[in-house]
Amino acid sequence: MVGSSSSWSTALVKISPYTFAAIGIAISIGVSVLGAAWGIYITGSSLIGAAVKAPRITSKNLISVIFCEAVAIYGVIVAIILQTKLESVPSSKIYDPESLRAGYAIFASGIIVGFANLVCGLCVGIIGSSCALSDAQNSSLFVKILVIEIFGSALGLFGVIVGIIMSAQATWPSKG
Amino acid sequence: MYGFEALTFNIHGGYLEAIVRGYRSGLLTASDYNNLCQCETLEDIKMHLSATEYGPYLQNEPSPLYTTTIVEKCTLKLVDEYKHMLTQATEPLSTFLEYITYGHMIDNVVLIVTGTLHERDVQELLEKCHPLGMFDSIATLAVAQNMRELYRLVLVDTPLAPYFSECITSEDLDDMNIEIMRNTLYKAYLEDFYRFCQKLGGATAEIMSDILAFEADRRAVNITINSIGTELTRDDRRKLYSNFGLLYPYGHEELAVCEDIDQVRSSMEKYPPYHSIFSKLSYGESQVLDKAFYEEEVKRLCLAFEQQFHYGVFFAYMRLKEQEIRNLMWISECVAQNQKSRVHDSVVFIF
Repeated sequence: MVGSSSSWSTALVKISPYTFAAIGIAISIGVSVLGAAWGIYITGSSLIGAAVKAPRITSKNLISVIFCEAVAIYGVIVAIILQTKLESVPSSKIYDPESLRAGYAIFASGIIVGFANLVCGLCVGIIGSSCALSDAQNSSLFVKILVIEIFGSALGLFGVIVGIIMSAQATWPSKG
Repeated sequence: MYGFEALTFNIHGGYLEAIVRGYRSGLLTASDYNNLCQCETLEDIKMHLSATEYGPYLQNEPSPLYTTTIVEKCTLKLVDEYKHMLTQATEPLSTFLEYITYGHMIDNVVLIVTGTLHERDVQELLEKCHPLGMFDSIATLAVAQNMRELYRLVLVDTPLAPYFSECITSEDLDDMNIEIMRNTLYKAYLEDFYRFCQKLGGATAEIMSDILAFEADRRAVNITINSIGTELTRDDRRKLYSNFGLLYPYGHEELAVCEDIDQVRSSMEKYPPYHSIFSKLSYGESQVLDKAFYEEEVKRLCLAFEQQFHYGVFFAYMRLKEQEIRNLMWISECVAQNQKSRVHDSVVFIF
């Protein structure tokens, strides 16, 4: 049989690009929120424990939680941008190369943003935990460790930028 | 997976790790010790301690203050902190915290058995026991006549039961056998704790292995030095050494045949970490050796705090607190007996 060796690639290509696009959008928001939540609990548990002995650290160290939260917001923004890129095409054109390209671009954009935010959230969370514990012992350390956190949160931003660039050229074939 | 504990440690242990680090910040510093060393009477000591974390525990003590009262109240603080952590801990941290107290349980058992041998009153002995090592049926220990009864009546229900398999004999309890029993139990406890930490894996295993190996080696050296000149045979001595640590197995071979302190020193000097300790000894003073070991232990315990997301901080804090209580006891005794020149002989600064 002619097509048997390529039946897997045929099967992949026959998956509707809308599936890929929708999964990309789901990953972008879902995995970003996973990263943000993970980071917040890592910071939050250390912050609560450290604040028992040193209550003064609570207000300042909420910045770490805010940095983690920003990661979830990046995911939401990109998900909203991606879903505005979803357009309907007539069923004859669903499997056109243009269509497939658009679908895959949105999928890739979602994965980029989702996983970049996942690791960014983890990174900021772990640093935030160390920041809370150090601040409780010696308050001059807070600003220094905050600088580390700022560098960590830039990772999520890189993901968002690349994701938006990826999705910007996701153009579906015109209806004509 | 070593290196990735940061991802999941805080689910169960994050709050308590932060709490124990908060407790650590309350340990007395060098300036506190300097103030205490300058005190003239025990009342001054109480006044200085009221300004530290010990304040609420000492302020209601009536005026004729004794060193035992000060030590008792400070130990009470340690016990309160320990219980606070134990009630909030989940597995495996709760098991780890309980392991820390088994050493005190062994000491309490030996204290009561020795005291009964010398015909002291059980109530008086119970008051001298360390509160962290209490268990329910401890008063029944006074009834036992030999080790089999000891095991059968009391210890089979305690966590110390598995450590007894190596030392049940039908011999009657006398001073020598009790010391051998203490060391055999402690050896089994250390090995069990070591295996438990290895099973936990990750940073906990690495940090605790180092601390416990030092403990095992220190006990080996102390057993050797204390048994020089007694009737303990070489084989018996070798049976009391733990089967892990830097000195295992070749160091133990050498230590087992040592007959005086200089031989101990020459066999220890082959090991770089212990070389520096033994080079501080001039000739034969065992108190200097004790202090040198304590200093080395404190140094290693403080290093445990450098890393986050492991259980070693709990063990390190308990030991550092006990060292602080020993320091306070020494300072109080020196002040009470008017020998302030000897205060710095045995105080180990923690920070």
